[in-house]
Amino acid sequence: MDRPMDIWFSQLDTDNVKTSIRVDKQLYSGESDYQRIDVFQSKEFGKMIVLDGEVIFSEADEFIYNEMVVHVPMAVHPNVKDVLIIGGGDGGVARTCIEYQEIEHIDVVEPDEMFINVSKEFFPETAKGFDDPRVQIHNMDGLRFLRRCVDKYDLIINDSTDPFGHTEGLFTKEFYGSCYKALHDDGIMVYQHGSPFYDEDEAAFRAMHRKVYKSFPISRVYQASIPTCPAGYWMFGFASKKYHPLIDFNPVRWKARNIKTWYYTTNLHQGAFMLPRYVEDLLEEEENRK
Amino acid sequence: MDLIRQQSAPVYEALEAFKRKRVVPFDVPGHKRGRGNPELVQLLGEKCVSLDVNSMKPLDNLGHPISVIKEAEELTADAFGAAHAFLMVNGTTSAVQSMILSVCKAGDKIILPRNIHKSVINAMVLCGAIPVYAEAKVNTGIGIAMGVSLDEMERAMDENPDAVAVFINNPTYYGVCSNLKAITELAHERGMRVLVDEAHGTHLYFGTGLPISAMAAGADLAAVSMHKSGGSLTQSSILLCGPDFDSEYVRQIINLTQTTSASYLLISSLDISRRNLALRGKESFAKVSRMAEYARNEINAIGGYYAYGAELIDGDSVYDFDVTKLSVYTRGIGLTGIEIYDLLRDEYDIQIEFGDIGNILAYISIGDRIQDIERLVGALEDIKRNYQKEDADQFCGDFIKPEVVLSPQEAFYSVKESLDLDDTEGKICGELVMCYPPGIPILTPGERIDRDIINYIKYAKEKGCSLQGTLDPLVEKISVIK
Repeated sequence: MDRPMDIWFSQLDTDNVKTSIRVDKQLYSGESDYQRIDVFQSKEFGKMIVLDGEVIFSEADEFIYNEMVVHVPMAVHPNVKDVLIIGGGDGGVARTCIEYQEIEHIDVVEPDEMFINVSKEFFPETAKGFDDPRVQIHNMDGLRFLRRCVDKYDLIINDSTDPFGHTEGLFTKEFYGSCYKALHDDGIMVYQHGSPFYDEDEAAFRAMHRKVYKSFPISRVYQASIPTCPAGYWMFGFASKKYHPLIDFNPVRWKARNIKTWYYTTNLHQGAFMLPRYVEDLLEEEENRK
Repeated sequence: MDLIRQQSAPVYEALEAFKRKRVVPFDVPGHKRGRGNPELVQLLGEKCVSLDVNSMKPLDNLGHPISVIKEAEELTADAFGAAHAFLMVNGTTSAVQSMILSVCKAGDKIILPRNIHKSVINAMVLCGAIPVYAEAKVNTGIGIAMGVSLDEMERAMDENPDAVAVFINNPTYYGVCSNLKAITELAHERGMRVLVDEAHGTHLYFGTGLPISAMAAGADLAAVSMHKSGGSLTQSSILLCGPDFDSEYVRQIINLTQTTSASYLLISSLDISRRNLALRGKESFAKVSRMAEYARNEINAIGGYYAYGAELIDGDSVYDFDVTKLSVYTRGIGLTGIEIYDLLRDEYDIQIEFGDIGNILAYISIGDRIQDIERLVGALEDIKRNYQKEDADQFCGDFIKPEVVLSPQEAFYSVKESLDLDDTEGKICGELVMCYPPGIPILTPGERIDRDIINYIKYAKEKGCSLQGTLDPLVEKISVIK
């Protein structure tokens, strides 16, 4: 039989727009204390992990996301030793970080142990980031972990995507304030900035920028095209105490490391910060708000 | 408690059965299951408006219950260990007022602490009772009134042997409990009734390791805010009656002021919540206690804040403490509770129950999740980091013993004039002045205004408290007896 099963996974981008992916088979379904976790096998996107109905990770496009949250700050900060990843239960960000020899320690704070175990089972290639001796996993709420951290990290990556689910607390003023406190004087925080395209995501997008802009002296936003994200368009935030993502960007130093990439290039680094007019306008409106 | 019987919810079941019959309505309410008011349906949902129906034979009548409401009241009494229970649809305010109207006539004395809810004073305006205040000690370290000590209660009873009742908060808004059982015994020896405001104490009937409830302590009447820790809809409440009180008389008193168009949304929410509490209350409140305890430890670890708990217990004016309450003294970081209350709402999108001059209270309930607690703790830490200031002023208020010159009723109905706050010294107050929340009066009708009180009102206004109760919305003028 070469006729595929007619099973479709649909992700609701808005009440009236959905992205559908034909599912070859469902590999896993479970309910943790925090969320529903599903793993699907699909043709174009390979294996996908879905949390509460949203694609968090697919084999086909995870490289874009992981490269953009790691390489961009690493090409700016001259000396990253200590990294904190909030969320990141799939291990993709940790795996990208361990390619950097100068990184000495990586804390991964993921409250949902089941998510980590499912990732290890179905995405061993990605989750091998957890096996590196420099990586330490903490099954704890991100806010709680951060409360005890002062002047400790060079780089914090907030790998949580959903400002409305159980990770809601990781998109708040108190979270950004805690990150500021946990960073060294020249530290950088990179975070998910969501997608600004649909009206219903716009308010969260604006609120996020407003909070970070108030919390950090340097706050810029950059973009990437990720097919499984709403509208295929995703933004990241770059918040920093000292280094500017373009002025302090050092392509020569970064290239010398010879890290293999599929998405990130030093040219793209600069282009990613060049935003469409409507996005710039949204951001500037929030910056000018009292 | 009969756990088999507690599984039923008679009002809820009658409403479900009624809905299935698809009866054509030629009675009120006029929206006719929402058809006449589509925007209301849009807002509240079809199911909700279709249950907004009038009293009728299959659904019983709250004013004179004989079938399903009667059964629901019996189940409620059984669940709370009371001889009788009344379902209330006009807030715990009406339950408190019904308690007072049930025991006091004009001129009767009632012994009570000063940190009572304004509904108590308003009931005295209605019935003409005279308040005799027992001093609730103020813990000057955190600036809140504690419970009333047994000695102080005994003194008040000895000095006023003609008092008809004593009135006690169990617990206070902040979680403090007096020695209710011993006070009840003392009062009963003297033939006085014991009325208990349990607006913040529904969970005491179901949780473990919590202070004693009014019914267990042998009190005569208790007003219980089911809509607070009990989970029912806002404005629904219950009034509990002990075994030695004429419940039919209480029903008559309730019917003096209760609506004859009681909402079935409120009544059914009481019915369902009672069932839920009876069947699952113990585990739910154990979880609430754990969350509050966790939050207390985390907040105290920040430094500067003081989230107080069972360590306040001294066997006297703090006979017991309700550990489900999360009250935090904030002056240690140089900010008033009101300032933190506003910052949490405006900067962190967190709404807490209230902030007063020295404290905040975050309400923890069966609806909370641990990740929300993390947000609250995280926000308090961030506030400390960003807004902490040096503030030598640690004043939080002290007990001001009021001089009662006239009964609240006489004062309320006297001829009055409106004077600037500063000109009221020595005058008799003609209205209520209070901070809201928590809604505890600073001045009540019939009390002499002195300089301390004027200064306190000014101080509270300066610190951003919302003062209410006066004819003048800005509380710059106060009505006094002419």
